[in-house]
Amino acid sequence: MELQEHKFKVIGTRPIRHDGVDKVTGRAKYGADISLPGMLHAKVLRSPHAHARIKSIDVSAALALPGVKAVITGKDLPELPPGSQQMGELVVNPRYLSMNIMARDKVLYDGHAVAAVAATSPHIAEEALKLIKVEYEILPPVLDVRKAMQDDAPILLPELRTSGTPEKSDKPTNIASQVRFARGDLEAGFRAADVIVEREFTTSMVHQGYIEPHNAVAQYNADGHGTIWVSTQGPFSVRELCSHILQMPLGNIKVVPAEIGGGFGGKTTVYLEPLALLLAKKTGRPVKMVMSRAEVLRATGPTSGSYIRCKMGATKEGKITAAQVWMAYEAGAFPGSPVGAGCMTILAPYALENLQIDGFDVVLNKPKTCAYRAPGATNAAFAAETVIDELAEKLGIDPLEFRRRNGAKEGTAQPAGPQFRRIGYIETVEAIMNSEHYRSPLPHVPGKLVGRGVASGFWFNAGFQSTAIVSINSDGTANVVTGSPDIGGTRAACAMIAAEVLGLKAEEVNPVVTDTESIGHTDVTGGSRVTFATGYAVYEAAQDAVRQLKERAATIWKVKPEDVVYQDGVVSCVNNGHEPMTLKQLAGRLARAGGPVTGRAAVNPRGVGPGFATHVVDIAVDPETGKVDILRYTAAQDVGKAVHPSYVEGQIQGGVAQGIGWALNEEYYYDENGIMRNTGFLDYRIPTCLDLPMIETILVEVPNPGHPLGIRGVGEVPIVPPPAAIANALYRAIGVRMTELPMSPAKVAKAVLEKNKAPQ
Amino acid sequence: MHAITYEAPKSLEHALRLLAAAGEKGRVLAGGTDLLIQMRAGVRTPERLIDAKTIPELQVLSFSPHEGLRLGAAVPCYRIVEDPVLCQHYPGLVEAAGLIGSVQIKNRCTVGGNLCNGSPAADTTPALIALGAVCYVASPRGTRTVAVEDFVVSPGRTVLQPDEVLVEFRIPAPPPHTADCYQRFIPRNEMDIAVVGVGAAVTLDGEVCTAARIGLGAVAPTPLFAREASASLVGKPLDDEAIATAAELAQKIARPITDMRGTAEYRLHLVGVLTRRVLKVAAERARAR
Ligand SMILES: Cc1cc2nc3c(=O)[nH]c(=O)nc-3n(C[C@H](O)[C@H](O)[C@H](O)COP(=O)(O)OP(=O)(O)OC[C@H]3O[C@@H](n4cnc5c(N)ncnc54)[C@H](O)[C@@H]3O)c2cc1C
Repeated sequence: MELQEHKFKVIGTRPIRHDGVDKVTGRAKYGADISLPGMLHAKVLRSPHAHARIKSIDVSAALALPGVKAVITGKDLPELPPGSQQMGELVVNPRYLSMNIMARDKVLYDGHAVAAVAATSPHIAEEALKLIKVEYEILPPVLDVRKAMQDDAPILLPELRTSGTPEKSDKPTNIASQVRFARGDLEAGFRAADVIVEREFTTSMVHQGYIEPHNAVAQYNADGHGTIWVSTQGPFSVRELCSHILQMPLGNIKVVPAEIGGGFGGKTTVYLEPLALLLAKKTGRPVKMVMSRAEVLRATGPTSGSYIRCKMGATKEGKITAAQVWMAYEAGAFPGSPVGAGCMTILAPYALENLQIDGFDVVLNKPKTCAYRAPGATNAAFAAETVIDELAEKLGIDPLEFRRRNGAKEGTAQPAGPQFRRIGYIETVEAIMNSEHYRSPLPHVPGKLVGRGVASGFWFNAGFQSTAIVSINSDGTANVVTGSPDIGGTRAACAMIAAEVLGLKAEEVNPVVTDTESIGHTDVTGGSRVTFATGYAVYEAAQDAVRQLKERAATIWKVKPEDVVYQDGVVSCVNNGHEPMTLKQLAGRLARAGGPVTGRAAVNPRGVGPGFATHVVDIAVDPETGKVDILRYTAAQDVGKAVHPSYVEGQIQGGVAQGIGWALNEEYYYDENGIMRNTGFLDYRIPTCLDLPMIETILVEVPNPGHPLGIRGVGEVPIVPPPAAIANALYRAIGVRMTELPMSPAKVAKAVLEKNKAPQ
Repeated sequence: MHAITYEAPKSLEHALRLLAAAGEKGRVLAGGTDLLIQMRAGVRTPERLIDAKTIPELQVLSFSPHEGLRLGAAVPCYRIVEDPVLCQHYPGLVEAAGLIGSVQIKNRCTVGGNLCNGSPAADTTPALIALGAVCYVASPRGTRTVAVEDFVVSPGRTVLQPDEVLVEFRIPAPPPHTADCYQRFIPRNEMDIAVVGVGAAVTLDGEVCTAARIGLGAVAPTPLFAREASASLVGKPLDDEAIATAAELAQKIARPITDMRGTAEYRLHLVGVLTRRVLKVAAERARAR
């Protein structure tokens, strides 16, 4: 069956989400709500130093405390061989992952786990932590990405060698890898330019700021099987990673995903899960672990701070002739920053003949980074989109017109090589150009300086593996079972896709997210992939169910299945006079017509549709305090096909909100010893609702040719443009290019003061 | 984590007895919006909590033109914000109390707790200093008075002995053409701790300033009374020049630090900005009276 756009009955509507009532009534079970009989509580002892050698750990006093049942340290975890492995969609280094969740001979950042205690109450576990004696030899920390790259920098991992270099070196280093993307003739490109802009940018490490802290409850049975209940974006990844870290057979671990209170990429790896399972094994009792906010900030995976140099040239006619980028990203204590993605996204919105992009992945004494919404792309866009804005300004061309002239289209080669299929970048630029917002004059705010800025962004989106089951209930309703934790309204989207195919209402479909033993392999909820890929599997599984339903009707009617038509939830026969049956009627007869109908599908779709966004923002700046208020914000995005427009808009608004926080106030603040000083939401400043206007959205729907319903991922790209858009607005307001994130009030005030002092 | 006992005394005298008996292990609990958080973080470890909110003497809130304001130490901030008499006579104090936390926090927290917590960044302290507020402190030895600007001795430490309770603040009734103002700077629009806070109260005779007090928060280990800056205004018209001079003098006594809330340089800059701003608003208010 081909679904035609104009015939959609469910897709594109706004039904109430299936999981909504449980969430607003407080009934939904999040990770920390899980409790088992006889359960112990475990806490983690964390390093108070940014860089130190562990000389000894004495746990005897902790073990002697009544109520303490077990203590583990790095010695209790298996030693794993060096090297990375492909795990599903992730390249993971199990050895480093294990060293990250429990330090071995060295601690590498403030908050690095050193030991864990399981006790009969959380308070006893906390008291026991104080009784563990750790002797440290303090080492100098390195906290700046460029300093970490220097030859004389303190070395974090003695075994680390740079990969991706032309010549192999055997020198210890903090540079884990380097990459280069290049094409054309850079020098000729810059020679052809009438204007060249080159600037340096720095950005701070920032956290996803999900509300729910990490948690895990684990149980280990005498038969060697274990179960983990956890709030995660990837139950299958948790299973795989725990299997590696604990050297347990994968099939012996079951992971049950709890409801998830936000992830944004940060819940795609493991921290507590292996520790809880190991403690459960040691004690024979279920073990629960829940992090505090400070633990989340200090010791889970934020995204990279970075240093980026960006140079671009363009002709008077407004054509970019060359672009050169050099970028170093903080990986944290172990390799694996998103610098590769930064390199591949930074120039992707533009058609460029001559370019060179160099990227460096650098370890330093901060927590190991993890994915964060379009990982690597926001830092990159901050640099490139500021330089683009400046080129347009110098050439006297409207910044959106400049983008339109250089924008990538179908057939444009990406910086990394492959050509785009049908994409909607130019359409997003035009949507902002034509928006009421961009056409309205800037408001006047007494005592404030106002400015308007625009910026664009790109994100690949992901495909990967998903499985889905669509079963027909005897009353003609359906169940959709997937393995994709719902962090953005994807239960509703999956139910709507099945409803569309089956001719049901959205509320006649029950979407269920299940555990790793109840559905086939499904990769993480990440890369904006669930509605695209799991939705693809649901679409195929629903089609499979329809095929079977037609067979059953054919059996009942004693005709060939090809002669049965399924349309809008009704089966009819093309060439004889059988009375058509509704799905409800047919479902009631299945017991005597071949038994239940269950459609299933497992997919690994390749037709991923990338996401593009263009944003415009109006700001007001207090010239004396440097405080920036967001007056108005409009985001246009190519969303392919908006299955549930409200949740697509919600994704855009959420991404913009995070981007605004990143732009203005969020940062990991370390003292000179590498101790994080803002380990709570008081001083790690995500925006409150009083800091944000209503974020307006424009959904541009350029269907993805790689998906039967035209779906593209939508969740990540909205975080990419905001810092650049705000920096460009700030330039219009105060006349200074801000090149450092966050653009906090202190920095803005200083910029205004210096500009006023400078001779005009 | 250890066991804690909680007491809800019904009189000041009872509270003082309980506190004396508890010694170093006792601590007064008002709204708990500082104390409970510090206990959770292990920063303070009292074993006996004596609730200030149940003591009638600490719930006084009265104003008369003759006596001025009596503000009990345990009066929750929502009462201050919603009190029409306070809003009329002490708009700066109301501004400061209104800035603390959220609606939920204001329903719990107190001006007494704000001061006794000893934070240099407490919002109501500069406003109290500007108003010339005096603290009434009781102990088994009797009652003593302390000026608000002398109350905090270092971050987290005050002049209070373990057996002393802050009972109330007394604030003189504002003379004619007198008004106050408090402003702070925070990077967001709510739920933040002052990077700098400045309170000011001025009295005018025509255009001439006859009395002025400026209080500064978050720019030194303790809240400050900007004595010279205040004195510089007296006897002069409250014009831009006088205000600029006072702001510069206020900056002179600021000794800010650099931390995650702001650099020393930025804080110094803000002392100037906010001093000018609060003096202008206070002057406008005073003229309108
Ligand atoms: C979310 C949040 C936001 C906040 N925002 C702000 C803000 O914007 N501005 C600001 O200034 N503060 C803020 N605070 C801090 C706090 O709310 C204030 O300092 C508040 O005024 C404390 O009052 P309390 O009654 O809760 O004090 P408590 O926590 O009960 O007590 C504080 C301290 O004072 C002592 N104490 C209290 N009363 C007496 C007394 N009568 N005699 C002797 N000792 C006493 C206690 O023993 C304790 O040491 C915030 C706190 C939170 C949790």
